[in-house]
Amino acid sequence: MATAAVETGERETYLNREYGIKSWLLTVDHKRIALLYLMSITLFFFIGGFFALLIRLELLTPAGDLVQADTYNKLFTMHGQVMVFFFLIPAVPAVLGNFLIPIMIGAKDLAFPRINLLSWYLYIIGGVLMLYTILNGGVDTGWTFYTPLSTEFLNTHVITAGLAIFVAGFSSILTGLNFVVTTHRMRAPGMTWSRLPLFVWAHYATSIIQLLGTPVLAITLVLVVCERLFHLGIFNPTLGGDPLLFQHLFWFYSHPAVYIMILPGMGIVSEIVCCFSRKRIFGYQAMALAVLGIAVVGFLVWAHHMFVAGISLYAAMIFSLLSYFVAVPSAIKVFNWTSTMYKGSITYQTPMLYAFGFIGLFTMGGLTGLFLASLGVDVHVTDTYFVVAHFHYIMVGGMVMAYLGGMHFWWPKISGKMYPEGWGRLAALLVFVGFNLTFFPQFILGYLGMPRRYWDYSHSPEFQILNVLSTAGATVLAVGYLLPMIYFLWSMRYGKPAPANPWNAAGLEWMIPSPPPTFNFDLEPVVTWEAYNYDQIKEEVPVAQ
Amino acid sequence: MFQTMPLWPVRASTTANSVDALYIFLVVVSALMSAAIFTMVVYFAIRYRRQQGRRAEQIEGSHALEITWSVIPFCVFMVFFGWGANIYFKERKPPQDSAEVYTVAKQWMWKFEHMEGQREINELHVPLGRDVKMIMTSQDVIHSFYVPAFRIKQDVLPGRYTVAWFRPTKPGTYHLFCAEYCGTSHSGMVGSVVVMEPKDYEAWMGGGGSQPLAVTGQQLFTQLGCVTCHRQDAQGRGPNLVGIYNKPVLLEDGRTVIADENYIRESILQPAAKIVNGYKPIMPTFQGQISDEQLNALVAYVKSLSQSSGQTGGKSMAAATAQPQM
Repeated sequence: MATAAVETGERETYLNREYGIKSWLLTVDHKRIALLYLMSITLFFFIGGFFALLIRLELLTPAGDLVQADTYNKLFTMHGQVMVFFFLIPAVPAVLGNFLIPIMIGAKDLAFPRINLLSWYLYIIGGVLMLYTILNGGVDTGWTFYTPLSTEFLNTHVITAGLAIFVAGFSSILTGLNFVVTTHRMRAPGMTWSRLPLFVWAHYATSIIQLLGTPVLAITLVLVVCERLFHLGIFNPTLGGDPLLFQHLFWFYSHPAVYIMILPGMGIVSEIVCCFSRKRIFGYQAMALAVLGIAVVGFLVWAHHMFVAGISLYAAMIFSLLSYFVAVPSAIKVFNWTSTMYKGSITYQTPMLYAFGFIGLFTMGGLTGLFLASLGVDVHVTDTYFVVAHFHYIMVGGMVMAYLGGMHFWWPKISGKMYPEGWGRLAALLVFVGFNLTFFPQFILGYLGMPRRYWDYSHSPEFQILNVLSTAGATVLAVGYLLPMIYFLWSMRYGKPAPANPWNAAGLEWMIPSPPPTFNFDLEPVVTWEAYNYDQIKEEVPVAQ
Repeated sequence: MFQTMPLWPVRASTTANSVDALYIFLVVVSALMSAAIFTMVVYFAIRYRRQQGRRAEQIEGSHALEITWSVIPFCVFMVFFGWGANIYFKERKPPQDSAEVYTVAKQWMWKFEHMEGQREINELHVPLGRDVKMIMTSQDVIHSFYVPAFRIKQDVLPGRYTVAWFRPTKPGTYHLFCAEYCGTSHSGMVGSVVVMEPKDYEAWMGGGGSQPLAVTGQQLFTQLGCVTCHRQDAQGRGPNLVGIYNKPVLLEDGRTVIADENYIRESILQPAAKIVNGYKPIMPTFQGQISDEQLNALVAYVKSLSQSSGQTGGKSMAAATAQPQM
C-alpha cells in the first residue's frame, strides 16, 4: 500500500503516514490518539483557566461587583469540574502516557487500540455534555456536588453536568484498563518489571486507582441524578436519606483521584531529573514501591475531608492517622529526587526547570497537607482558602508543572521539532513566579479565616490585600501558560528538526526516530539494560542553542 | 495597609490558643523541612552543574538512607497526629455544665435561641468565660458554623443535631461565617458573635421579656398531648422521661443507646425507629408537624426533666454568670 509519505519521498512517520480528518478520527495509533487528547484537554484547560481568571478578577475587590452571586457560584463550580475531570485526570495519562507507555516498554501499541480510541470518544461525549451544560446556563453545585443542595435545592443543569462526568469517567476507566493490561502483557523481551521506567510504574499505580475508584464516582453520580429526578431518598434526610453517605462515596473516589492526578507527574519528574543529572535514579526500588504504596494507602484516607462534617470522633482519629501514613512515601520520593542530583552532571534545560519547580511546590503542597491531616488545625482551616492553596500547590504546582515539564521533554519526540529553549525557560520562570504569587497568599488568607467559595467579602475588608496579590499572580500565571501553547504551535512549522535523541536520554523512546514511525519499532527490541543506564551513555545533554 | 495585615485572626477562645500553638509548631517544622530540601536542591544544582572533564557518579541508592528518611519523618508526623488529635478530642467534648444555645441554620441566615428564650438572628451574644455549647441543625442544606476567632468549625446538617462548643476569653465582636457552600447567598450567610463582660451580658439579657425555652417546651408538651402517655410515673403508655437525658436506654431489640439530643429528636420525629424495651410502637410521628424551633423547645424541656429540682431546665448563660447566692 502506497502511503502519503512514500509518495513525497519523506521518511514515514506516524504523522505523515496518512492525511485527512478521517485518518485522525478513525485512527487506532496510540500516538495519534494521544494528540487527539492533547488538543481536547488543551481546549478544556483554557476554558477552566478562563473561569479561574474571572474568579480572581471578582475577588480583586471585597464587594461582589463584577458578576452576580449565582454567576460566581457557577464559575467556581465549572472551573473545578472542567479542570479536575476534563484536564487534570486525563492530562498526563491520556496524552503522555498514551504516547509513551507502549514505546517505553518496546511495544507497537497499547493492548487494546480500539478501546483506546473508544476512550477518547467517551471523553469527547462527556466533554460535549459539559460544554452543553456551560453554554446552556451552567451548574452551581460546587465541583463536589454536596447533597442535599445538589439534589433538591438548585435549579441549574446538575443532571447534564453529572452525566458529563459519568461518561468521562468511563474514558478514564478504559484508559486505566488498557495501561494495566499493556504493562502486564506487552513488554518487550528483557523489559522486566525491575527495568521499567518509573514513568511506567507511576502510570501502572495510577491505572489501578482509575479502575477501582472511578466506578464508585459513577455510581454516586447516578444516585444523585436518581434522587434529583425521582426523589429516591438516598442522600436527602427529609426523604429518609443521609447527606453524609454522599460525602463518603464522593471522597472515596475523589481523594484517590488526587493521586490519579499527581502520580503520573511524579513519573515524569523521575525521567527528567535522571536525564538532566546524567544519573540513574537514586533508590529505584523505593521509588517504585512508593507509588504503589501511595495508590493503596490513598484509598484509606478519604474521610479526612470530613473532619467537621459530623463523623464520629474515633473515625476522625483513624483517618487522621492514615493520612500521615500516605505522607511517608511522598516524602521518600522527594528525598530520592534530591539525592539523584547528588554527584550528577546537571544542566538546566526547560524540562529540568519545571522539575525543580515541581519538587519545590510539591514539597510545600505536601507539608501543608500535614497541617490539614492534623485534626486540631484542620477544624480551623478546612473549607477556607488554606485548603484551596494546599490543593492548588499539589494540582497546579505539582501536576501542571510536571505536565509542562513532560511536554517540553518529549515535544521533540512527539512533533519532531525543537521548541525555542529561551522562550521555554522564560515561560517556566513565569509559571513558577506567577504560581507562588497566586497561591501563597491564600495560605495566610485561609488561616485568617476567609472561607472558600465566597463571592463577596465586604464584611471582611482585611482580606483584600492578600486577594489583590493573588489576582496579580494569576495574570502572570496566565501569560506563563499561554507562552508554551504559542511556541509549541510555532515550532511545528518553524522549529528546528529534532534528532532521535535530543537530550542524549536513556530509554527506548529515544532509540527510535523523532517523530516515531507508526509501529514504533522496525524490529522488536530486546532489552539488556537497566532503566536510566546513564553510565552507558557517554554524551552529555547537548548545550542549548 | 500592610501594618494592618495580620497572620492570624484574634485569639478569643481557649481553643484558639491551643490551635495556634500547634499551627506555629507546624509552620516551624515545615519551614525547617523545606529549607533543608530547597538548600540541598540548590546546592546540588550548583555544585554538580556540568563541568568539563567531570562525569556523573552513578549511585544505586541506599537502604539505610531510605529507612532513615522514612522513619524520622514518620516519627515527626506522629507528633503532629497526637497533638492534633488531642486538641480535636477536647473540641468535640463540651464541658458538662456548658450553657446551651439552640441553633437553626437556613438559606441564608443563622437563628439562635438561648435557654432563657432570647432569640437572635445572625448575631449571638455570649458572656466572657462561659462554656457555650451550640446545638445545631439545618432546615435545608448543609451549612457550617465557623468562628475564626475561636478556631472552631462544625457542619450543620439537616435532619440531625451537631454540636460545637467554645469558651470566649476576650470581649469583642467576631466574624461568624458559613463555611460550607450552601447556594446563592453563601457569602452573605455571615454574622457576628459578641462576647460581653458578664455584667454587660446580664444587662443585655434583661432587655427581653421572653420565657425560658424549656417552659415553651413544657407548654408544647401539654398542647401536643405528649403528657398523656409520657407521665411522670410508671403508669404511662410511653416511657417516663424524667432523668433519661444522657443516660443509657435499653431498646426492645436488646441494643442500648445513650439518650442524647439526637436520640430525643429522632424519637419525636420517627418514634418507631428505636423502641424502648417494654413499650409498644404506638406513638404517632411529629415529622413535618412541628417546626425546628418547636422541636428544639421540646428537646430542651425533656432535657430539663433530668436536672435537679429548682432549675428551669437546660443550662442557661445566666445560671452561671450570676453570682452564686449563698
